[in-house]
Amino acid sequence: MELIFEKSRVGRRASEIQGFDVPAVELDASLVRAEIDLPEVAEIDLVRHYTQLSRRNFGVDIGFYPLGSCTMKYNPKINEDMAKLAGFTEAHPYAPEAWSQGSLQLMFELEKDLREICGMDAFTLQPAAGAHGELTGVMLIKKYFEKRGEKRSKMLIPDAAHGTNPASSALCGYEIVSVKSNAEGGLDLDSLRELMTEEVAGLMLTNPNTLGLFERNITEVAKIVHAKGGLFYCDGANTNAYMGITRPGDLGFDVIQLNLHKSFSTPHGGGGPGSGPVGVKQILTDFLPVPRIELNDGVYSFVGDKPDSIGKMKAFYGNFGVMVKAFTYIRSLGAKGLKRAAENAVLNANYVMARLSPHFDVAYQRVCMHECVLTSEKQVRENGINTKDIAKRMIDYGIHPPTIYFPMIVHEAMMFEPTETESKETLDEFCDVMIEIAGEAKTNPQIIHDAPLTTPVNRLDEVKAAREPRVVYQK
Amino acid sequence: MSKSNPANLKYTKDHEWALVEGDIVTVGITDHAQELLTEVVFAELPAIGKKVEQGKQLAAVESVKSVSDVYSPVSGEVVEVNTELEANPGLINQDAFGAGWIAKVKMSNPAELEKLMDVAAYGKVMES
Repeated sequence: MELIFEKSRVGRRASEIQGFDVPAVELDASLVRAEIDLPEVAEIDLVRHYTQLSRRNFGVDIGFYPLGSCTMKYNPKINEDMAKLAGFTEAHPYAPEAWSQGSLQLMFELEKDLREICGMDAFTLQPAAGAHGELTGVMLIKKYFEKRGEKRSKMLIPDAAHGTNPASSALCGYEIVSVKSNAEGGLDLDSLRELMTEEVAGLMLTNPNTLGLFERNITEVAKIVHAKGGLFYCDGANTNAYMGITRPGDLGFDVIQLNLHKSFSTPHGGGGPGSGPVGVKQILTDFLPVPRIELNDGVYSFVGDKPDSIGKMKAFYGNFGVMVKAFTYIRSLGAKGLKRAAENAVLNANYVMARLSPHFDVAYQRVCMHECVLTSEKQVRENGINTKDIAKRMIDYGIHPPTIYFPMIVHEAMMFEPTETESKETLDEFCDVMIEIAGEAKTNPQIIHDAPLTTPVNRLDEVKAAREPRVVYQK
Repeated sequence: MSKSNPANLKYTKDHEWALVEGDIVTVGITDHAQELLTEVVFAELPAIGKKVEQGKQLAAVESVKSVSDVYSPVSGEVVEVNTELEANPGLINQDAFGAGWIAKVKMSNPAELEKLMDVAAYGKVMES
């Protein structure tokens, strides 16, 4: 389809300003830049252009979106209704606390709910997204050791962790030490014992990890870390796999970040923004970002006077609209509902893995949590097509491709996360498609190699796009 | 199929190769590594003068599939980088053992060479 620039005609307008109430001023010629070639179109062209583009979008409201590790779960519309209430949308961060009691109460209550869900002593809602929450968490750890006068320079991170974990630790000045996974996809305890010294600030564990597996030796891992005075960090991006069933705080974790846009059904990706609350045990509460929300004599207030705080992590108090949506989700489901959501997320992932395992290799043969990792190694070997080809072919069947080539410790990885909201019928349709593709790999590998065939543009040259990016329109 | 690994090079388990000439060690990634990475679209080169340690990050290579660190096979100081890769990172794919070299490190501790693998030992790593 034509670009908006190509539809442009000189002098065409989508609007016309009539009747100035101030005198018109001609811009000085030196201020007018001829090189800014903005498109000029009529309103109808504008509307059609973007409506047509939007029809080519794919989202969870259109079809199945099993993007592993990203948790593209359905966002119930009631979340939006609540966030749209005038009392929230017309709130202003500079409004006096006395006028903002409802918003403050919601945040206070959300913190309380998250504490309960995670078994932590305190929460901050400030961080703007998951990785920002990780950064906050690691800064808290750093502050803790500074306060104790301990110099610790390293952070242990398993190779099955989220890729942002090393980045967050490096940003705080820690040297990253990678811990290998064992044959069953968990932490190798012997290497952990060897690496966990008094130079190590802590262990950042993504649990369940990016293989979709729950760490089997979790309490032992916590013991090893704590025995050397380290802190145990939980990347809680995958909390949707166990909420209502177990609590990270009870397992020995000292810090956790949640991703409200994953586990708690707030919009994700372009629809964000995200939100990455951080929960801590008592030993770290003094360091939490300011302001804190406190309740005294029935009045909620922001309290900034916390001398040991790491400071502000975000303007005002984080992405408030997102908090309203997460709070709505938590309160709509209730404790039992959250538990059922986790159970269904795990059941759905295991169902997909079980149905697909005769057709694709499974990376680790054990019960998975909320996502499963398969590989196309068999197809690479026998049919000469790879994971990318299969992902592209899925588009032809109207399914969003899974996360591919991640986690990196699995060759030709395909990571599926169906989430709890999908019915058995949807899962079956999806599995039928995957089995069909596995069949095509044998009988007609060329079609998979050429896919997608039903999209406005076919296989893109990703290498050329990355090596010679042209992101600005030029005539 | 991978090109065969030259016998005159030393190797690491992380698929780097090292060509030792006096105290200068030329570093690249093996043909097997470039095959796993697929088409390299960007190479992040170290600064000249950067101090590196054996087994620690030296550079990074990015393909459409993933970003991978390149670890230094020896400790020392970076004395030269392959600036050709800035315009043409695909050299790593076309000629991993030659024109696709990444950096030259002046080594500070030649005893570390003992920890590197010869071609036979690396061949076994590739198979595993």
